[in-house]
Amino acid sequence: MIGAEAIVKCLEKENTEVIFGYSGVAIDPFWNKILDSDIKTVLIRTEQNAAHCASGYARISGKVGVCAVTSGPGATNLITGIATAYADSIPMIAITGQVNSDMIGSDVFQEADITGAVESFVKYSYLIRNVNDIPKVFKEAFYIASTGRKGPVLIDIPFDIQNEEMTEKFAYPETISMRSYKPTVKGNTVQIKKVIKEVEKAKRPIICVGGGVHLSGATQELIKFAELNDVPVVSTMMGIGAMPSDHPLFFGMVGNNGKAYANRAMNESDLLLMVGARVADRAVNRPDLITENKVMVHIDVDPAEIGKNVGPTIPLVGDIKHIFAEFLAQDDHADDHKEWIETLRRYKEEMMTLRAPAAEGFVDPEAFIRALSKAMNDDAIYVADVGQNQIWSCAYHIVKNGRFLTSGGMGTMGYSIPAALGGKIAAPGKQVVAVLGDGAFQMSMMELATMRQYGVNLKIIVMNNGYLGMVREHQHNAYNDNYSMVKLEGDPDLSLISAAYGMEYFKVDGNSDMEKSLKKFLKDDSSNLMEVMVDPMALTR
Amino acid sequence: MKRIYSVLVENRAGVLSKVAGLFSRRNFNIDSMVVGETADKAVSCMTIVSTGDERTIEQIEKQLNKKIDVIKVKTFKESMSINRELMLIKVKYNKENRRDIMENCTIMNAQIVDMSKNMMIIQICDTSDRIEVFIEMLKSVSIVEIARTGTVALTKCREVN
Repeated sequence: MIGAEAIVKCLEKENTEVIFGYSGVAIDPFWNKILDSDIKTVLIRTEQNAAHCASGYARISGKVGVCAVTSGPGATNLITGIATAYADSIPMIAITGQVNSDMIGSDVFQEADITGAVESFVKYSYLIRNVNDIPKVFKEAFYIASTGRKGPVLIDIPFDIQNEEMTEKFAYPETISMRSYKPTVKGNTVQIKKVIKEVEKAKRPIICVGGGVHLSGATQELIKFAELNDVPVVSTMMGIGAMPSDHPLFFGMVGNNGKAYANRAMNESDLLLMVGARVADRAVNRPDLITENKVMVHIDVDPAEIGKNVGPTIPLVGDIKHIFAEFLAQDDHADDHKEWIETLRRYKEEMMTLRAPAAEGFVDPEAFIRALSKAMNDDAIYVADVGQNQIWSCAYHIVKNGRFLTSGGMGTMGYSIPAALGGKIAAPGKQVVAVLGDGAFQMSMMELATMRQYGVNLKIIVMNNGYLGMVREHQHNAYNDNYSMVKLEGDPDLSLISAAYGMEYFKVDGNSDMEKSLKKFLKDDSSNLMEVMVDPMALTR
Repeated sequence: MKRIYSVLVENRAGVLSKVAGLFSRRNFNIDSMVVGETADKAVSCMTIVSTGDERTIEQIEKQLNKKIDVIKVKTFKESMSINRELMLIKVKYNKENRRDIMENCTIMNAQIVDMSKNMMIIQICDTSDRIEVFIEMLKSVSIVEIARTGTVALTKCREVN
């Protein structure tokens, strides 16, 4: 058995269904041996998107996403995708081909020190020097990527190692134990009891959920806990969908781009449970307010996140699913918090901001996202890109039983189409909608061909305002409308682009025909593209 | 605040750069960093001296622990450990100051380990603070070159908290 066969075997042992990737000589031995396997391959159109596809796939399937590319430029192109996954703690294996072992370090054709380059964006990386190490490395890599705080792991494999005959018999390790890596799963019992006591005592408790709740698969436990103890819930951008957005206990997204009433609810609480959230700057721009006059409990699987941005009263390290199961197993629970919830409902009513109606020939983004949300299936997957479209999506899309995906930490433009592609492959029966601006569309439109090649049907909505809207809005506020590097001229005719890729094209340029168009647009499981004309001067707030 | 981190790591290629990279990426300060083997050839010990506020000290320990190649991190104050650094210092001397230099060496327990007609190399093994004092004492002489190892440290046999 040669190295390339061993890699394929390892992936089979890990039940890998699909690999997103790109070819190149340095990874060719692997692509050759994958032909003998049932593992599906998806040839994307630029390497960065292989990682985004793997990310979307991982987030929907709950499994580790796998991507593979060649050495040098193939590997460096992948970096933004890896960094995006790292920022959002997405479990991923990135395999890169490398030049021959004895050539490493001599700057030969298509050589890049990829393990060095990605060091600050990966949970771990390997450069395989001995073909017999392959089974152990893959076992470890999958284990590291999918446990503790999840994240991408990169495996760099020289061309000669892929072709080399193993001298030891292939044996995939059944179990694994690493003395230097032992993530905490179970929460400390004393701390758990303390938290429960605080929940019982609190008059104005609130839970703020982050992406960790999805990663841990703890949404059911969380909802049960909130309902049982009558505790309202707010979320960060990554936490959207952990509780249905129309749940009576849900009070919106926090942060600069979130709801004012969600921030107020968090600040005025007397007990804040921060669950699987980093307390990052976009969610909490004033950490002092969320510790002031209250008990703050920070629950996270990564001990380094606790105390990094804010000092909690009670730190609790462990897997959220386990911890909430423990919470639920306690006999004691809080009485209702009627008064507090009433107050929050009042805030919500009072602080609801009304948007100015859209000008003639344009669609009001709020009305559009609300209509889209209503027209979508309850279990649909909504992938928002980055920019104004992301903020509008977060604000107005109602997640029911589906999922809401976006690049929260890194804010990578062009994430939505490839992530939706990966998500659709993980859940072929589900409706998958990607919402993006004309800027991000032009960063990722090459993947329309990938969709067509593999028959992956996505609903793509381009909110076209002829600008890089989010930054235009910033320049409107910060530079007195002195616009620089934000106007997109020369945009292609999207009806022709749709035709070129065999997609049906829809255009919406006013609120009146929006619902009818959306119904038609979403009806069949086919790839459709909808262009929504948005006022270039529209703001997110 | 000064802290010493005694970090046991897997003795693998690239580990030093990963740990050093962590300090630069997270904007942590490194006063000194020493790496050497331990009794177990598969394990290396890094001794890192760093200064920072309380939050930084906590973050350094947590971020070090997060690195997959790190087996164990011990954080301690200087008072809790025996700390040593080795310095080699090359100085120019002449007839007038030779005796002075030798006296300083005796006081500070330093040894002259190499000599020529007008230059000598002095070796001293002591705490960083005392090495600073020794350098200060030699400032009146012409110092040619200095090489310092950085601090290595072990917690005291009876640990004082």
